[in-house]
Amino acid sequence: MWRRCLWRRGISSSAAGWWDHVGAAPKDPILGVTEAFLADTSPRKINLGVGAYRDDEGRPVVLQCVRGAETKLAGSQFLESLPNAVNTKLVEESVQLVYGKETDIVQERRFAGIQALSGTGACRLFAEFQRRFYPESPIYLPVPTWSNHHNIWRDAQVPVRTFRYYHPDSKGLYFGALMDDIKSAPDNSFFLLHPCAHNPTGVDPNEEQWREISHEFKVKNHFPFFDMAYQGLASGDIDTDSKAIKIFREDGHLIGCAQSFTKIMGLYGHRVGCLSILSVDENQAIAVRSQLQQIARAMYSSPPVHGSLLVSTILGDSQLKALWEEEVKAMVARIIRMRAKLRESLEKLDSPLNWEHITNQVGMFCFSGLSPEYVDHLARKFHIYMTRDGRISMAGVTTSNVDYLANAIHEVTRFGQEDSSQRRSFNAFIPHISYAN
Amino acid sequence: MHPQLPSHLAQGSATDRRLNSLLRHIDPSIASSSLSSMDSQISASPTSGFHGDSVFAHVVQAPEDSILGVTVAYNKDPSPIKLNLGVGAYRTEEGKPVVLNVVRRAEQLLVNDRSRVKEYLPIVGLADFNKLSAKLIFGADSPAIQENRVTTVQCLSGTGSLRVGAEFLGRHYHERTIYIPQPTWGNHPKIFNLGGLSVKYYRYYDPATWGLHFQGLLEDLGSAPSGAIVLLHACAHNPTGVDPTLEQWGQIRQLMRSKGLLPFFDSAYQANAQSVRMFVADGGECLVAQSYAKNMGLYGERVGALSIVCKNANVASRVESQLKLVIRPMFSNPPIHGASIVATILKDRNMYDEWTVELKAMADRIISMRHKLFEALCARGTPGDWSHIIKQIGMFTFTGLNSEQVAFMTKEYHIYMTSDGRISMAGLSSKTVPHLADAIHAAVTRVG
Repeated sequence: MWRRCLWRRGISSSAAGWWDHVGAAPKDPILGVTEAFLADTSPRKINLGVGAYRDDEGRPVVLQCVRGAETKLAGSQFLESLPNAVNTKLVEESVQLVYGKETDIVQERRFAGIQALSGTGACRLFAEFQRRFYPESPIYLPVPTWSNHHNIWRDAQVPVRTFRYYHPDSKGLYFGALMDDIKSAPDNSFFLLHPCAHNPTGVDPNEEQWREISHEFKVKNHFPFFDMAYQGLASGDIDTDSKAIKIFREDGHLIGCAQSFTKIMGLYGHRVGCLSILSVDENQAIAVRSQLQQIARAMYSSPPVHGSLLVSTILGDSQLKALWEEEVKAMVARIIRMRAKLRESLEKLDSPLNWEHITNQVGMFCFSGLSPEYVDHLARKFHIYMTRDGRISMAGVTTSNVDYLANAIHEVTRFGQEDSSQRRSFNAFIPHISYAN
Repeated sequence: MHPQLPSHLAQGSATDRRLNSLLRHIDPSIASSSLSSMDSQISASPTSGFHGDSVFAHVVQAPEDSILGVTVAYNKDPSPIKLNLGVGAYRTEEGKPVVLNVVRRAEQLLVNDRSRVKEYLPIVGLADFNKLSAKLIFGADSPAIQENRVTTVQCLSGTGSLRVGAEFLGRHYHERTIYIPQPTWGNHPKIFNLGGLSVKYYRYYDPATWGLHFQGLLEDLGSAPSGAIVLLHACAHNPTGVDPTLEQWGQIRQLMRSKGLLPFFDSAYQANAQSVRMFVADGGECLVAQSYAKNMGLYGERVGALSIVCKNANVASRVESQLKLVIRPMFSNPPIHGASIVATILKDRNMYDEWTVELKAMADRIISMRHKLFEALCARGTPGDWSHIIKQIGMFTFTGLNSEQVAFMTKEYHIYMTSDGRISMAGLSSKTVPHLADAIHAAVTRVG
């Protein structure tokens, strides 16, 4: 078939094109929601899809500390790529943020750090690095997890395995199964962990559970890779939210960590993140970093400077940093208020279902338990958009739309069969790996 | 029967609870003698760790990138007369990096606009930017654009555009080999290899003439398998500065179309390129990677675009949907700042004109440096024909110096360049040309 096409190609204008066989790809399950939302003309529409913070008027927010940093920077910087200076500063500030400034890791420079294209980019760099040095090793991802994790490791050609994490009945942590899966994985496996505000469930291990997990990781010699996308946005406190990482560090794990400044600083469009991998000494860190730089060089050469200058300006200025911490607390406070209001409204409507999980879950998302059918119904009839796994971005909930939302959820669920539909929704949610062709 | 906790640990405490829960996971058949050997592993002290080695202990230091490594070495050199002619970044007469005035203006407009937010861009990037970039490279009246046959996605400068294109080809194109010119930018083979393609070379530069090896090029492309991908530098070839003439481009196009070879243009230096338009005009398909790093001085902001010209609009739309699947697991969506600057400039007539004026000034300064260097070498009677310095195009001169001569120039004259003899003309000024001419003269007369 190809030969025929090619032979005719000499008469270029009339021949078949190269790409006729290319099928339309399915829409991204998260970003596709926003597209559908934008296309909807209803004045009552609500976007609860992508995890981007909104104020109580439903508007996107540029943090004051960011405006402050921008004013400070305006007119001063060179736009040439300064791979060393800017990258280094961002990495310094990032590792101090997640590991703590006074820790041995930071003081002794026992980390390989590289600026990355937000959390996605940091995960991708790590996945490629993992493939390069452990070509046979799979990555263990929690069920469920952010859907793009599957895509990232798959595109890096790392096989994906899963471990149990969330229990749909309790809408909490499936701890026993989680520990079993950690134990039954082959020794020296790579695991991805969400250190706080698990996406999409909002369900996090408590401190004791983290300690058990960390211990078992030592017994099994597993590699812990943390995807830290919400430091500060879980509890409102930067240090509290990095507790899991602290626990693992105390146990001597040499972890890997992807950090994103996208949500915690409202810098969505700027793609600022950091990948760090801990090492036994500075020399090893230098070697690892050199490899990461090679991987980045063949992907995009160097990351964009503007966003990273904003981040390092904020973190490097005590006033701006204090302002930032206040603004993070305020974002978390609003989200917690909305959680309380939504649960209260549903309970007032005498919903037959249990909505405790709305206030138990932590971070930006509520894993509602709504089935894909309910989700579709909410979109069609009520112009309310969320991902089909029933994940609600609480940041999209406001004082003025929370009652409408509660009513809509009540309408679609009041007669439904909770257990089977939620179990169906959970199973439907388990991601199928391949979108290709 | 559960193993006993050692007595010194048997107080009620958080550590106790922890140890108890840990012990619950331990096989109850473990004898107490084994338990004491486990004491060393399970310790109540929160700071005692299991300090094993890293799982990445076997990772060796990667070699320095040969181009960026030049700047690293330059920075380390304490000599006051050192000269950096390595990376292709524009410098003023005073040796300073440049932010174009029109770029500063655009940035100021963006900062002052309080209604602007920092939301995610769509996966394919800023729509305005994409449209304007396509118009810039293909021409606003291009039938391919009019007929919606072009899909353009924002990527991270030239590198990112090439990588996304390579990944797309690796998944959806039946040929996995890309032919790249000999020589080419050092990062090209790495981008394509890691993007899933294998690399072969076609003859391009003729060291005997310091010009194009046209015969070799036609032969090598002529013997490539049908359907093979071919990388073409749209203009200002890096590192040689040697470009085909328009007539030669015409022949290359004919040959490629007759063999069904797929063109992949890398347009890193100039806003528009006749070579690209010539290929698009015949109705055929191609890929184009565009970079704004050098032509708008936006190096650090990583602004670029990948365009794929398809046979019809339907195919273009499906291709775009597949490009999204490449992008999402790589970086989700592209950075907003640089693309916003570019779009602001391209869509405003005055700013666009201002940009072309500043671009011309940069190009003129580089041309003047070429002439000054050429004259300086002639004045010194440096052996050899140096006319290629004024014939080659763009930011670089492929001097023809060999790696020993380059090493000599670095050691004795503190001049930094890549070992293939490529110099970035943008790094020169009237003040530094004599120093470089001296160095070249010395290298040519004293080193083999």
